[in-house]
Amino acid sequence: MKAEPVLSTHALSAGYGDFQALFGVDFEVYAGEVVALIGANGAGKSTLLRSILGLLPVLPEMVRFRGKPVGGSKPHTMVRNGIGMVPEGRRLFAGMSVEDNLRVAVDYGRKPERDDDAGSIWTIARIYALFPILGERRDQLVHNLSGGQQQMVAIGRALLTQPRVLLCDEISLGLAPKVVHEIYDALPLIRQAGTALVLVEQDVSLAKRASERLYCMLEGRITLTGASDSIGRDTIAEAYFGAIHAMA
Amino acid sequence: MQWLDALVQGVLLGGMYAQYALGMALMFGVMRIVNIAHGDLMILLALTGISLATAFSLGTMSLIAVLVPLAALLGWTLQRGILNKAVGEDPLPSLIATFGLSIAVQNLMLQIWSADTRSLRGGGLESASIDVGGVYVGVLPVIVLVTAIALTAGLDFIVRATRFGRGLRAAAADTEAAAVTGVDPKSIYAVSTAIAVAILGIAAVFQSLRATVSPADGPAQLIYAFEAVIIGGMGSLWGAFVGSMVLGVAQAIGFRIDPGWGILFGHLVFLAALAIRPEGVMKRG
Repeated sequence: MKAEPVLSTHALSAGYGDFQALFGVDFEVYAGEVVALIGANGAGKSTLLRSILGLLPVLPEMVRFRGKPVGGSKPHTMVRNGIGMVPEGRRLFAGMSVEDNLRVAVDYGRKPERDDDAGSIWTIARIYALFPILGERRDQLVHNLSGGQQQMVAIGRALLTQPRVLLCDEISLGLAPKVVHEIYDALPLIRQAGTALVLVEQDVSLAKRASERLYCMLEGRITLTGASDSIGRDTIAEAYFGAIHAMA
Repeated sequence: MQWLDALVQGVLLGGMYAQYALGMALMFGVMRIVNIAHGDLMILLALTGISLATAFSLGTMSLIAVLVPLAALLGWTLQRGILNKAVGEDPLPSLIATFGLSIAVQNLMLQIWSADTRSLRGGGLESASIDVGGVYVGVLPVIVLVTAIALTAGLDFIVRATRFGRGLRAAAADTEAAAVTGVDPKSIYAVSTAIAVAILGIAAVFQSLRATVSPADGPAQLIYAFEAVIIGGMGSLWGAFVGSMVLGVAQAIGFRIDPGWGILFGHLVFLAALAIRPEGVMKRG
């Protein structure tokens, strides 16, 4: 039995100026769930995440979070309400140390409430336990870190905003397979804390393995949704590339 | 002895420049906002201060107590009303907006105060000096220098070690990433510009005690502040302080060589610094 989704979009349309990038997207995430969002470059995955977080203008009813219409709120308000994001390309604060990057999230993220159980509250010490290398390099400037370590800082920073839903935009992009494994191995631990995860991925098999449900996007529309382990590769290929490619 | 005197006077002059430069170091060095109206705002505050002091017979300390909150409010309004709409990846909109503001403020000041030069009376403070082993050291310039050191230390601490400072550095490094980490960049920037202009309020009082001010003086102060920030290194507040010292000493030495060379000498040293160490003396990593 599933209750109301913690986060959902309703006929969400958005774009950049005159260019419309999303056409009536319906998307939902339930508490504690891992959802993958797959699709080719330019399918609108990042745009969907950005619209949810208020980085693009949308109407209030288009995004609902914990039962309330929140679409188009300012990004920092969304974050303080409990939607976290690991932005594409990591986007760390250059010129600041690992620890200072994390402390910004502690300072400005959502403040834990009384109904959060103690085990689900992220602290800098818990991030260092999750990614020990960050503890060792806490005083280093972030641009001196390797790509994988930077991605760990980006994930840690997002977790420290105490998200109820964490949107991860291409966290495996540009990383060595070994490092990707290391990072994906941390995801179940994040989930145990009760955080719902949305994984935007280009690597379909990785996305299938890591998630319970998946959505596939093509040209600004959702073309497929279902339980990750029950969808076959051909179905995904059709949704991913469009019917024309699937026939060829 | 003549050169020792030049060095001492240069450091003291540098103290005044450090007060102009500190707000610039915060806005230009850290926030990357080019505020062409920086000098004009200082002159506006100086003339406002002189008028307030005359109208209500305020002493120096009470004038600072009145002018600094007024300056902070001016800075906050400037950021909220104009600069927040112009900030972004591209520095050009803020440059053009403040260039327009600079011209508007200069003309407004001409309209209100005319082109006359004015100054503030400090009850003998402005001319008091002490003899330190043959070098006469002005009491006011020493107060200016000590204030500059205290302001730089305080602001440096705020930016490096407080919640506000981390939020500011985060917003300056990547505005969007800061927003998705819960920082409200616009309100952080408003507070930050309020601080920068509040410091200009202090500088304005000292400037009008130390010398005269008139509505057309702003651009020269702007140049000194820019030069100090660039000599010191973008983003470093102590760098701007050191840059101010370099500029002050260069000018003082120039004046000793030939009274017509002082200002030019400062600019030449700036150009030399730009050629030899364009990243600034205090630039880290």
